[in-house]
Amino acid sequence: MRKVKIYITLKEGVLDPQGKAVQHSLHSLEYKNVGEVRIGKYMEVMLEDDGNIEQQVDKMCDQLLANPVIEDYSYTIEEVV
Amino acid sequence: MKFAVVVFPGSNCDRDMAFAITEALGQEADLVWYQEANLSDYDGILLPGGFSYGDYLRSGAIASTSEMIEQIRQSAERGKPVLGVCNGFQVLLEMGLLPGAMLPNKNLKFMCHDETLIVENNQTLFTDFYQDKEEISIPIAHGDGNYYCDEATYRNLRDNRQIVFTYGSNPNGSVADIAGITNEQGNVLGMMPHPERAVDALVGSEDGLRLFQSILTHWRNNHAINA
Amino acid sequence: MPSMLEISPEQIEQQQLYRDMGLSDEEFQSITQILGRRPNYTETGLFSVMWSEHCSYKNSKPLLKKFPTQGQHVLQGPGEGAGIIDIGDEQAVVFKVESHNHPSAVEPYQGAATGVGGILRDVFSMGARPVALLNSLRFGSLKRPRVKYLFEEVVRGIAGYGNCVGVPTVGGEVQFDDAYNGNPLVNAMCVGLIDHKDIQKGIAAGIGNTVMYVGAKTGRDGIHGATFASEELSEESEEKRPSVQVGDPFMEKLLIEACLEVIHHDALVGIQDMGAAGLTSSASEMASKAGTGMLMNMDLIPQREEKMTAYEMMLSESQERMLLVVEKGREHEIADVFRKYDLEAVSVGEVTEDKRFRLEHHGQIVADVPVDSLAEDAPVYHQPSTVPAYYREFQEMETYHPTVTNYGETLGDLLKQPTIASKEWVYDQYDSMVQTNTVVRPGSDAAVVRVRGTDKALAMTTDCNSRYIYLDPATGGQIAVAEAARNIVCSGGRPLGLTDGLNFGSPENPEIFWQMEKSVDGMSEACTALGTPVISGNVSLYNESFGGQAIYPTPVVGMVGLIEKTEHITRSSMKQSGDLIYVIGETKPEFGGSELQGMMEGRHFGKAPEIDLQVEAARQEILLRAIQQGLVQSAHDISEGGLAVALAESLFDQELGCEVKVSGDVIAALFSESQSRFIVSVSPEDQQAFEAMVSEARLAGEVTKDGMYRIKENDEVVVEEQTRELKQLWKGAIPCLVKSKA
Repeated sequence: MRKVKIYITLKEGVLDPQGKAVQHSLHSLEYKNVGEVRIGKYMEVMLEDDGNIEQQVDKMCDQLLANPVIEDYSYTIEEVV
Repeated sequence: MKFAVVVFPGSNCDRDMAFAITEALGQEADLVWYQEANLSDYDGILLPGGFSYGDYLRSGAIASTSEMIEQIRQSAERGKPVLGVCNGFQVLLEMGLLPGAMLPNKNLKFMCHDETLIVENNQTLFTDFYQDKEEISIPIAHGDGNYYCDEATYRNLRDNRQIVFTYGSNPNGSVADIAGITNEQGNVLGMMPHPERAVDALVGSEDGLRLFQSILTHWRNNHAINA
Repeated sequence: MPSMLEISPEQIEQQQLYRDMGLSDEEFQSITQILGRRPNYTETGLFSVMWSEHCSYKNSKPLLKKFPTQGQHVLQGPGEGAGIIDIGDEQAVVFKVESHNHPSAVEPYQGAATGVGGILRDVFSMGARPVALLNSLRFGSLKRPRVKYLFEEVVRGIAGYGNCVGVPTVGGEVQFDDAYNGNPLVNAMCVGLIDHKDIQKGIAAGIGNTVMYVGAKTGRDGIHGATFASEELSEESEEKRPSVQVGDPFMEKLLIEACLEVIHHDALVGIQDMGAAGLTSSASEMASKAGTGMLMNMDLIPQREEKMTAYEMMLSESQERMLLVVEKGREHEIADVFRKYDLEAVSVGEVTEDKRFRLEHHGQIVADVPVDSLAEDAPVYHQPSTVPAYYREFQEMETYHPTVTNYGETLGDLLKQPTIASKEWVYDQYDSMVQTNTVVRPGSDAAVVRVRGTDKALAMTTDCNSRYIYLDPATGGQIAVAEAARNIVCSGGRPLGLTDGLNFGSPENPEIFWQMEKSVDGMSEACTALGTPVISGNVSLYNESFGGQAIYPTPVVGMVGLIEKTEHITRSSMKQSGDLIYVIGETKPEFGGSELQGMMEGRHFGKAPEIDLQVEAARQEILLRAIQQGLVQSAHDISEGGLAVALAESLFDQELGCEVKVSGDVIAALFSESQSRFIVSVSPEDQQAFEAMVSEARLAGEVTKDGMYRIKENDEVVVEEQTRELKQLWKGAIPCLVKSKA
């Protein structure tokens, strides 16, 4: 069994209202050194490894998990006992 | 004219859409459960608002992978009128029938009230009952209605006159105040505002009714020619 | 059996572990007597939740009996999921209010969201389609960062759930007062429509019939939520976060549609939602009501987590779950209906003859108690009550009369008070229009929802001015009911009945119990005088926090009225310049508990305004008749802030102006909160007919088109402001408070 950790982020250039709100809030908490904040999604998918796991994860992301118009994705794969 | 109102798990404006067709327009409408449908029997396809699958991944994303989607695509290819409202618009974007994507409203809050829309193109099968640049009042009710597309896509939309409705005063941060767009062929319309909520003066406005009347008249004209 | 389960009955007794579950020594003894032995851990848990105030009403039962619950049109009074009132044409309206105060104080988003989910299930489990949601909210001062956070998250939680399930949130009320700084109130009300033939009951009838479970799986969330809701909030409550349930509105939406389909199935015998105390209360109540018993196999309960004990499963308050009783042998027919909605209905037990409530787990009986002992043998306490010292003091005070020099400025300041200011910031986040039946949206006196397929409509409102109730619970209780009825009448409806959401501090404090007693007395008198029976309700006690600071007594009234014809629907907004403005009802210098007192003195004291219920009833009747005859263009009750505020609110929609004359005590005329008063506008052509019918109406002035809000004393102008500017103050106040840094 593999644990796939998928990170989905907004594409650069796409306005992120949630990130902006958090940035604003951090500033008002006096964290003056905070720059841009971007908010994304994190998912854990448990997968049986049938040999072409990376291809499969790419396809999942393209098909459903991320919206290529606004989002990028990356992932790591871990062995689970 | 016979409409299919496609019902996904979590759709919640399905009955409102059907009432708009049956009570206000005086035509037929079936609520079609997403697993059961045969859309070839219908003259027009309506994707209602709501929260399909709870909108848990992204608004409209999970519905856009359901088995019904191929049939919707085929209906669109055959030139049938396809209207997606609110969550229905989000589904059309997620399945790629319309370009662009939806982001959360810029104030990050759900909002529900009447909005003034400007009819930017009254030469479509959905809008020829309106005047060019007419201002109409239609309610919005959404949390993710902030339409986004890149610059090139926007230029295409503009040059092809696919931008059909814009907001008089942009409530959600949409690119170029966009409230509704069609595909290049002009037979698929997605819009965030709810025309089906504006077909009866008792509950607000009647400005949405002419959208459905436009669809009906087009269908009748086509029908007459074909017959 | 896993050893961790086996805390022995002896240990429970010796180490007094039952106390941690909220049972008293006497209650534990009483359980031992009922069983003829010591209860085991699971059984102790069953009793602890069923005998909590939240489920048993052990402290409030003697008071609730005082409410009039009968009426010509009442089809179902208190006792089922929700009450039902006939509206003719074989249709009925179903409604109930429920509180979710404690969960919302700890985790406001989920607390409020699951409050909405729970009240929806109460209504659709009766077989009714939910057609509207309302809410009644109380918060402390918006200047406090924690309060601001609670306010924003509660509103977001209500929106997140209600919007997703597709039931419009059409109205309600939000009030702010320091008394709620540590303990907000979140009361949600649901209104449903039903055909008489579809009315369901939560009963487990028919020996041998099958008990089925449907909806979300059971997890460890919300364990001891019912006892949690019956405790005072403390610093420790923050740590009880896991106790708060998480809602899944998408699951709820599927459940609504599936349940409304399954009620038409003749294999269904009974249906009830799993609310507070989850499986325990739903299962035992269904059996108790039917005079049967129940045997459930815990191995069959759908579980979200591993290794759950029977105790955990029985006490879990996981949301979006329903319990059904189905004719034996026809389970698959019911399961098929649910399967269409991707829901699994699972057989988990059977109805038995022995009137016992038995649970089996891993092949052993883990609980075996008389079913009635859980539901009906709960103790009833007659708490002592004492007249509070503050009340005596208030009654003996000299009449409070504020001094105001600049009337216009004072009006502006009042319009900015959060309790009076526009709540648009709140209700814009609610989908108030889905189902396309909302005729009058949030912001008027009552919301109006049409009954599709007929020419009728329902008016609905929630009301409770807790300041008056604090000053004088008996009078304040009367006013709460009367004000709700006024709002219904102003919308063109005849009040049908009400649901009460009783929110108080600790009943074990005699002064608090006195508040409860007196306010219930007052409400009951008003219910009788106005012909509005109480058909359902909810009690939330122990609303105190951080050092015993109790909230103001807040018995929320949720009322529904019937509008016979849609043409009778009336709004609070004035429509046209030239219309005549009338004031109905006399004004006395009454400022105790008023908005003006709070604003000027920073607290509330003195006597509450007086009310004469006979005058109230007669006045409502005559105004309703005038509305039904089409003689009234707009109607608004005069409440917080007095005539000056009511008049301004009536003009805002179209930014019209007015010229109104007052005389005598100008401060009272403008800002007193005397009861049983209305402000109405009438077309000049209806002047004679209106005056003939409503003889006590006083012509006060007229609506003008210049957009100037003008009030004169004799011929001297005492207030002259632009309506538009007043409106901006009123609209901008809450967004400004929310945005400002605390």
